[in-house]
Amino acid sequence: MAVESTTRAKVRWGLLDVVVVVFALVPVLWIASLSFKTPATLTDGKFWPREWTLDNYRTIFDTDQFVRALINSIGIALIATTIAVVLGAMAAYAISRLDFPGKKLLVGVSLLIAMFPQVSLVSPLFEIERQLGLFDTWPGLILPYITFALPLAIYTLSAFFKQIPWDLEKAAKMDGATQAQAFRRVIAPLAAPGVFTTAILVFIFCWNDFLFAITLTSTERSRTVPVALQFFTGESQFEDPTGAICAAAVVITVPIILFVLFFQRRIVSGLTSGAVKG
Amino acid sequence: MSVNATPAGAQAAAEAESEQSGGRHAAVPQQRSRRGSRAPLSENKRAERRLGWLLCAPAALVMVLVTAYPILYSVWLSLQRFDLRFPDERQFVGLENYVTVLTNDFWWTAFGVTALITVVTVAVELVLGMGLALIMHRTLVGRGIVRTAALIPYGIVTVVAAFSWRYAWTPGTGYLANLFDGSAPLTERASSLAIIMLAEIWKTTPFMALLLMAGLALVPEDLLKAASTDGATAWQRFTKVMLPVMKPAILVALLFRTLDAFRVFDNIFVLTNGGNETSSVSMLAYNNLIRGLNLGIGSTMSVLIFITVAIIAFVFVKLFGTAAPGSDDGERR
Repeated sequence: MAVESTTRAKVRWGLLDVVVVVFALVPVLWIASLSFKTPATLTDGKFWPREWTLDNYRTIFDTDQFVRALINSIGIALIATTIAVVLGAMAAYAISRLDFPGKKLLVGVSLLIAMFPQVSLVSPLFEIERQLGLFDTWPGLILPYITFALPLAIYTLSAFFKQIPWDLEKAAKMDGATQAQAFRRVIAPLAAPGVFTTAILVFIFCWNDFLFAITLTSTERSRTVPVALQFFTGESQFEDPTGAICAAAVVITVPIILFVLFFQRRIVSGLTSGAVKG
Repeated sequence: MSVNATPAGAQAAAEAESEQSGGRHAAVPQQRSRRGSRAPLSENKRAERRLGWLLCAPAALVMVLVTAYPILYSVWLSLQRFDLRFPDERQFVGLENYVTVLTNDFWWTAFGVTALITVVTVAVELVLGMGLALIMHRTLVGRGIVRTAALIPYGIVTVVAAFSWRYAWTPGTGYLANLFDGSAPLTERASSLAIIMLAEIWKTTPFMALLLMAGLALVPEDLLKAASTDGATAWQRFTKVMLPVMKPAILVALLFRTLDAFRVFDNIFVLTNGGNETSSVSMLAYNNLIRGLNLGIGSTMSVLIFITVAIIAFVFVKLFGTAAPGSDDGERR
């Protein structure tokens, strides 16, 4: 009896699971499917390709336009992530471990930044960066990315840091370890997962941005992929770029899928800790 | 794989809760922030302060420099006639730009569209997100799979998702367009808005659900069991036990999603490019700046959007008091 009811409950939950998975995956599968269609079957309106081809991928990797944008995307996101995580870790360490006036202010400021309407910065940053010569350069994008990633980094990292048993550091020092050794052997390994999770979240944020990327760039020099997609024209002017756009879209989706597949639990815990805080 | 196995979430959520309940009493500072020996030497204390400031300075500096200065600069620009196509005509015009924008039909249409999208998407997301949170939290099978799948819309680049929806609704190409006899929904206003909202909801429901799940983790199992023993139905347990405990988490989720929804840009850009009166205020500001090269008007819109967002945030904080995050959490860290 009890077994039967749990079986039924399991089936019910299983069905709900299927609904969620389908809901989440269909748009992704659709764009992947489009990217594998041949030009002739592209407009057949079928969900799955009837003829498969890799031509769309060959096309985009042959063009400078996409490769250049991909390099920009990767470079800018990696640099911004690194800087944001380092600055965020310093601040989060201070927030979670030290006692100093102004701490509350810093937390308040980062909360305000998290709520800040980014579009409000578009006009002034456009003008400021033009004057400073930062317009259409990597630093011109990295700077706003760091700024808006910092609240996320600070909140997530301080949530993680608070769980580190810092007393272990003291214990290690009592056992004769130097400060540096205590940090390297004891604290760093404990802090690494939190830092890593934060880095993933920040990277996703930078990777996704469209608003800053489209307003603060104007050439292939610093256009990231989400922006470059808007300028795809296909091989000739009259060719429909749909296949190429879809292939490029799939390429920039792959890292996200990999992160999600391998680090689901970390991302969930990072988001719920950081997000509830701010 | 239970929620408690993700300690950061559970603990942070628990703390957020204590923040809510104790938040008003601002006078309970520094219970936990001071660690180590009891009698701090003033020299130690000062060194600690210095280190704290030193560590926070770079982050604080970047955040303030890249936001506070530009927004002030934006106020200054908004008081000028400043069109990059006619740079010689730059001059101080006071509030003229504000009059221009606020008496302009395009602005109010865009404002209405933005408000509509915000209200509808946040409301739908709250319901769907709650459902998804319950599934992710309580499902008996495949919890990992559900959570992984739910993270995909969250992580995917918005522009990519928007292209997927656009092609899905393109006549001939799209599997969805064909369901409706090959009509072209993205060329009509009402259906375009519906598709924009669909795309927004698909993309951000998981985020809402994750925030709500953090709240669900706070609901004591014992309480649910007790209610169940006393004969409460599933619906009663949900409304009488879960919802009250989750209230702070719900409000935080609502605040953040509302502010985020108000900034809607990427989806509209790709789906309709603002055609058929589907521009949001962000779209309009972008168009005035990049396509119109009118820095004065663009900045005026920037300032107006900033003020609107500030009012929304303020109303949330006023209405819900301590439920707003950060209202008093600095010293509890």
